[in-house]
Parts: sequence; C-alpha cells; structure tokens
Amino acid sequence: MEFQFILKTIAKYWPMFLRGAGITLYISIIGTVIGSVIGLIIGIIRTIPMPEKGLKRIILKIINGLLSAYVEVFRGTPMIVQAMVIYYGSKQALDIDMTPLFAGIFIVSINTGAYMAEIVRGGIISIDRGQFEASYAIGMSHLQTMTKVVLPQVIRNILPATGNEFVINIKDTSVLNVISVTELFFQTKSITGNNFKYFETFFITCVIYFVLTYSVTRILRFIEKKLDGPENYTLLDDELEEEKPKPAVLQNQNIIGKH
Amino acid sequence: MEKIIDIQHLSKTFGNNVVLKDIDFSVNKGEVVCIIGSSGSGKSTLLRCINLLEKPSGGKIIYKSENILDDKHDVREYRTKLGMVFQQFNLFNNHDVLGNCTVGQINVLKRSKEEAKKIAMKYLQVVGMDQYINAKPRQLSGGQKQRVAIARALCMEPEVMLFDEPTSALDPEMVGEVLKVMRDLAESGLTMLIVTHEMGFARDVADRVVFMDKGVIAEEGPPEQIFNNPKQERTREFLSRTLQQNPAYIPSDSSEAQKIVKAI
Repeated sequence: MEFQFILKTIAKYWPMFLRGAGITLYISIIGTVIGSVIGLIIGIIRTIPMPEKGLKRIILKIINGLLSAYVEVFRGTPMIVQAMVIYYGSKQALDIDMTPLFAGIFIVSINTGAYMAEIVRGGIISIDRGQFEASYAIGMSHLQTMTKVVLPQVIRNILPATGNEFVINIKDTSVLNVISVTELFFQTKSITGNNFKYFETFFITCVIYFVLTYSVTRILRFIEKKLDGPENYTLLDDELEEEKPKPAVLQNQNIIGKH
Repeated sequence: MEKIIDIQHLSKTFGNNVVLKDIDFSVNKGEVVCIIGSSGSGKSTLLRCINLLEKPSGGKIIYKSENILDDKHDVREYRTKLGMVFQQFNLFNNHDVLGNCTVGQINVLKRSKEEAKKIAMKYLQVVGMDQYINAKPRQLSGGQKQRVAIARALCMEPEVMLFDEPTSALDPEMVGEVLKVMRDLAESGLTMLIVTHEMGFARDVADRVVFMDKGVIAEEGPPEQIFNNPKQERTREFLSRTLQQNPAYIPSDSSEAQKIVKAI
C-alpha cells in the first residue's frame, strides 16, 4: 500500500465517495427522525392509563398488542433480512415498486422506531409519578400532560440514546447495499470493482464513516448542553422593594369573610 | 353554611386492604379544615380521593349538587376547581417558575399568555417568589419549591385548596416559610383542606380539626376541643404521643408562645 495511491484514489473517485456519504447521511438522518417520531407516538399510546371497562379498554388493548408485536418483530430480526423481505416482498407480493432509496429510508425508519419505542417507554417511566399527578391535578389531559410536561423531559433524557441510534444508523445503512441503495458502502464496492485495491479504498471509507459518526456525536452533545439551559438564574429586580404593599391576597376569589 | 364538597359513605380499598371506611365529611366555603392522624390512617388517601387521583371504591362525592363519581361527569373540569399541593412539590422540571404557574392556565383554562403571566405574577407575589420567575425547580430550595407549587395551584383560582402534608418533606428551617404562606392564605378566606403533622399550625389556623384513625374519622371538632378536651381516648393517645416525641410540634409562633417570648 502506498500513501500516494490513497491520494490518487481520492482524487479520482471523490465524487463517488461524496455521493455515497451523502446518501448514507440522508438515509440515517431521515430514518432517525421518523423513527424517533414513531417511538414517541408509541410511547404516548402505551402509557395511556387503561380504562377500567368498556369499548375503549378493548380498543386500547388491541392497539397495545399490535404495537408490542411491531416492536418485537423488528427488534428480533436482522435489518439486512428485513431489507430483503420488504424490498422484494413488496414487489412480488404486493406489486408495489419502491425505489431502493425509498425502501431504505422506510426500513431504517421502522427499525429505529421499534428501538426508540422502548427507549421512549423507559424515558417516560423514569419521570416521577408526581409530575403526572400534579399535571392531572390542574386538569390537564393525558395528551397535554405528555406534550407540555413529560415529553420535553423525556426527549432531553433520551437524547444520548437517540444519538446512539443515529450513529448505529449511519453504520448500519451499509447493509442496504443488498437492495442496491447507492450509499457509501455500495459506492466503495463499485470503486473496488474498478481498481481492485480493497484495502486502500475501504480505508478511506472507514475514515469517512468515522468522521460522520464523530461529528454527529459532537453535535448532539452540543444540543444537550443547549437544552439544559443556563446554569444560573437571574433574580428579577424589584424596584418597588420598600414600598411594595402587602399583596391583596385572592381578591377575585369571590370569597365572603371567613367567619 | 354552603357546602363546597360533600362526601358521603366514601370507601377505598387497595386489594384486600381497606384504607377508608364509610367516610362522611364535608368542607364548607371559607373554612380551613386540618386532617391529623398517624401514618397509614388514610388522611392522604382521603385527600387524593377527593380530587380523584385515587378512584374511590364506593360512596359519593357531591360537588355543586352533582355526584362527580358518575361516569359521565367531566373529571378534568372538576379538578381545576381543586388546587392540590403535594408533599414532594411535584413541580414540572422542564418549566421555570413562571412556566410552572402558566402552563395550566394556558392549556386548561385557555387564558392568553399575557393574562396567564399577569395572574402568575400576582400569586407568585403572594408566596414571595416573584423574583425567581426565571429559576428552574432544580435551582430552588425545598421551601421555595413548595411556595411555587402553592402559587401554581392558586393560579388556577380554585375553590378549594388541598394540601397533602406540604411541610413533611422540608428541612426544619424551611417549614416556617411555607406555613407562613399558608397562614396568609387562610386569613384571606380561602377554603383549605390540609393534611398535616404540624399540630401547632392546625391548632392556630384551623376552623375545624379532623382526627383520622384506621380509615375512619375518629373525631372532629374545633381545634380547642380536639387539642384541649379530646372526647375520644384514641385522639388523646395520638396527641400525647406526637407532642411528647416531637416537642417542636408545640407552635413556636402561636399566641401563647409569643406572649411568653414577649414576657421574657
């Protein structure tokens, strides 16, 4: 191996590397975002308090059963096999002609969704019961409790795990080469088909993957810091400190004297 | 006197464990009621049944001449009429102090942001936390958190405030600031139902004291009766036990104590 050869390969094939990296990033970003949304929705549904009786209870049980099945099936089978089954299956059995790129995004999304559903569930469970109760006690609905109080905290808490999923997705999109998605691994294979220099070419690909995953990790760490907000708070200046009258307590409570 | 909440034959069981037995109890408008009793006597469960955080197993809760335990009744609307203050504060950790006080107003009462903020500031002033509107719960002390929690409940302008052992999770030196806020509220004529271990506070502030024991209301009456001449043997036992073990329960700011301090 010569260092020069690596430079030559880059000089010659950089558009293919770049396109491959672009597709990889594109699939993993969209897949992670859609997957996270799927995970959040499933998380909300799975934590709806179970009604004690009636039709609602039956419907909720069925939905929960289906969601569990979804999570178990997609967590329990390899993505490379899912890719084959979904891409060729949709063609042969359902007569749906997906482009490889669309199929790739679809597979990564539902796969991530299955993992994120469990991560979100864990995140929701970790929020203490008291905040749910406080939220119900001021009259908020389950959906309001989730969107205004619980999920913002869950999203912050599961951000490291989501970053993990993102990094895994960047690497695992390489399996989509089996359905000929033109991502980075597929492009590298095409290049080696021309120059037969496997080690040098894949070494470059290795570096590209690492740069991608490392940047994503750093960016997410930065977002985490942002979400945490400032360490300190400022006290509000109170110019009227001395002459502040004792506040008229609860005037519009329409309360008649106590005794 | 107008009854705001009227509880009839309320019972609650967890599995085989009977926590509340046939409770008859009501709260009148403008009244301050303190519920005392040893741990496990069902005080907190009673309070939590009143705003349906626990679903009662039987009986009725009459609010505005309607039984809110009927299936068709809108639980959420009823809950906005009750302000709840928890032992563990339960502030929303993702909101700052102001957000804690406005999120319910904006989403449940559909008030505008400006109006919600104005009302929040008013009640934060009542509890003395108006300077801290930018602080997050994790940056506050226990006493401050509880005062914010009281303001959050007041912002919904409830008809009754329920306090579930509001000072039990506080460091001793912070109990005073929370009790002072509650004292101010009581004097303003707010209807309050307070589960507490602060006997001094109950004696000074309550219009009526309810002593609970083993899931039933063992005795109720004005504080003078409960604390000075309890009719029931178990009330007497409970009081002598608590007062002996914790002399701090003897109020530091009750009128007698103040007289003594002044005399010295």
